Amino acid sequence: MLKTLLPHPLLTLLIVLMWILLSGFSVGSAAFGLILGVAIPRLTSAYWPDRTRIGSPLTIVEYALIVLWDIVVANFQVAYLILFRRGDDLHSQFVTIPLDLRTPEAITALAGTITMTPGTVSASLSADGRALLVHCLETNDPEQTVAGIKSRYESRLQRIFET
Amino acid sequence: MSGFGEIAVSALICLGAFFLFVGSFGLAKLPDLMRRLHGPTKATTLGIGALLIASMLYFILEDEIVSLHELLITTFLFLTAPVTALMVAKAHILLDKEDQEKLPPTGREVGWSVLDAPQTHEAKKS
Repeated sequence: MLKTLLPHPLLTLLIVLMWILLSGFSVGSAAFGLILGVAIPRLTSAYWPDRTRIGSPLTIVEYALIVLWDIVVANFQVAYLILFRRGDDLHSQFVTIPLDLRTPEAITALAGTITMTPGTVSASLSADGRALLVHCLETNDPEQTVAGIKSRYESRLQRIFET
Repeated sequence: MSGFGEIAVSALICLGAFFLFVGSFGLAKLPDLMRRLHGPTKATTLGIGALLIASMLYFILEDEIVSLHELLITTFLFLTAPVTALMVAKAHILLDKEDQEKLPPTGREVGWSVLDAPQTHEAKKS
């Protein structure tokens, strides 16, 4: 009963919060946010059948802080590469990251993280969803790049989404 | 607003503008599409991030209100920017025969989903 009414309770909460943040807090906006928060997960539940289980909030906060820190550090590295290196000299190449993650939500989060951290862009997924194609702007040691991404991001995402 | 606050806000705006410039400059300077893609996806993170922090700081110091719209902008950017980059990359791989040959093997029995037919949910189960 509750599952048909609220297929994704977290999504409902998120939509209500976002609506209130967007439109300012009032009884009217809270009520309309609630209507949206119930309607949108129900309308989209056909495309998102399984309910995601999420680990403790602490691991998510830890992950977010690590990603933010990496973004700041890597931005300076990429800025250096863009400003002081000739474009043709950059050792850019595609690398394959074999995935241990299985849930679509976790893989999406990993691909998004890889794109948002400078120096790497995720470009495609293997047809069976078990490997990720990543383009590196500058890498001399592709294996180390892959190992870094796996240990730094994937293992943590595994704890968040797949425990 | 105190002198220190003004300096902090100005420094953040300059930092943000610098990284936005580097992102756009990279887009213009780098030689091929996949490398060019690195410019704009990066600029949205630290460049816009610094500008948004500057905006929040300004409203806290000047009007003493905590503005949370910036957090929403950050969230929406982080949700949409990777999707755009992925779509551009996929379209590029689909169209560029030279780059298709440069792709590393997947390490699986099937190829990359851009070129190979994706395995359906049913096919995976059986």
